[in-house]
Amino acid sequence: MIPYSSFLFFYIIFFLVVPSIVLNFLGKSNFKYNVCATVLAVVIIFSNHVQGALSLAVFVLWEITLILLYCKIRKIKNLSWVYYLFILLAIFPIATVKVVPFLSPNTIIGFLGISYLTFKVVQIIIEIRDGLIKENLSLTMLIYFLLFFPTISSGPIDRFRRFEKDVVQGIDRNTYTPLFSSGIHKIFIGFLYKFIIGYLINEYLLLNDFILQNDTFMQRLLYMYSYSLYIFFDFAGYSAFAIGISYLMGIKTPENFNMPFLSRNIKDFWNRWHMTLSFWFRDYVFMRVVFLITKKKWFKNKYVISSIGYLFLFLLMGVWHGLELHYILYGLYHALLMISFDIFSLLNKKYKFWPNTKATAALSVVITFHFICFGLYIFSGKFI
Amino acid sequence: MDFREKVLNIVSEICENDIVLENPDIELFEENILDSFGVVNLLVSFSDELGIEVPLSDFDRDEWKTPNLIVKKMESYQ
Repeated sequence: MIPYSSFLFFYIIFFLVVPSIVLNFLGKSNFKYNVCATVLAVVIIFSNHVQGALSLAVFVLWEITLILLYCKIRKIKNLSWVYYLFILLAIFPIATVKVVPFLSPNTIIGFLGISYLTFKVVQIIIEIRDGLIKENLSLTMLIYFLLFFPTISSGPIDRFRRFEKDVVQGIDRNTYTPLFSSGIHKIFIGFLYKFIIGYLINEYLLLNDFILQNDTFMQRLLYMYSYSLYIFFDFAGYSAFAIGISYLMGIKTPENFNMPFLSRNIKDFWNRWHMTLSFWFRDYVFMRVVFLITKKKWFKNKYVISSIGYLFLFLLMGVWHGLELHYILYGLYHALLMISFDIFSLLNKKYKFWPNTKATAALSVVITFHFICFGLYIFSGKFI
Repeated sequence: MDFREKVLNIVSEICENDIVLENPDIELFEENILDSFGVVNLLVSFSDELGIEVPLSDFDRDEWKTPNLIVKKMESYQ
């Protein structure tokens, strides 16, 4: 069963979440209940898909063993090669899932949500290395964090220390009441975005015979706008459901979207679009690559260093979506946009040809919107 | 030069902006004075010039958003 895609799912979720809400309102800890509900929900989600359930079980066992083992080793000694080895071992399952179907197209391996779970695991290993996660990790907490069912299929990608804090601190009635209302509000936003607006765009624009031909400039242009709007409403709707259900359970899952189509430039866009993913790449890829290059003095020029960082980040993000050419092109496109924007900012600082007025701000939004849409058009696979 | 001054000087040097010294409560990320790239350089400078190593994963934009907050954070590492 794909989460948030059918009436049955919402029906089941309702019964699973009500006890958690009641416990929160009574001011009692719902941790144990939430863990049980999570395990039960995961069993239900994967119940009609044995191969997926099995893959998930093996995956979780593998990753948790890696985390606990690395935590033990790190306490004794902090060796770089061990750290890199464990990162490689942690991404081995997802790499396999991406590469195998590419080599032999008819094999289906993996399970729904594997990429999102991998992000959570890699993040834990990095923070163990940095010495920020050092207490003996509780197995229950690890499983709860990794499998937390509202976000299991497609995020938002939470951070372990943030998540753990929510659980450990608990929540009293006064703080829960506004969180509850906000959760309910988000669930309604989810219905509006995903099942009304997203559905209408898909039904009347994306599946429109004229637009679907994707041949003339006009058809391509219409497809580009429709697809961009669709993917936003569909995914922002999904995220609103995931965040809303988390809130009801007392977990403040981070936001994923913040009006991305109103971005004033491409950097601003990546602070507003699929935020938990882009922040993950920013913190655990970009900043680390830049840090390594700066510290080891491989390059001196700061524009060279940041360009390498952008290329690394966005090509990896592209490949993460899939090994198809259009995903790699999508990554390359965004890396080039970020690099160009840095050059633009530098030139503008010097020559001041793009003053900061209301008119230029509005124009910036329109221009950025078109760059974003073209990126999503590449992403859709209809460009090439 | 006291510790606070040293930290503020490094921040203004990395940001290439004197406003850091004039208004130490300015929101560096909101105002586009500092970005992730700048943050990395900031942490490298702290390590080279003050001998204080801040782990990258301990960097949280909310806790480091103004020059004053950065000073406070660095004092806790000292």
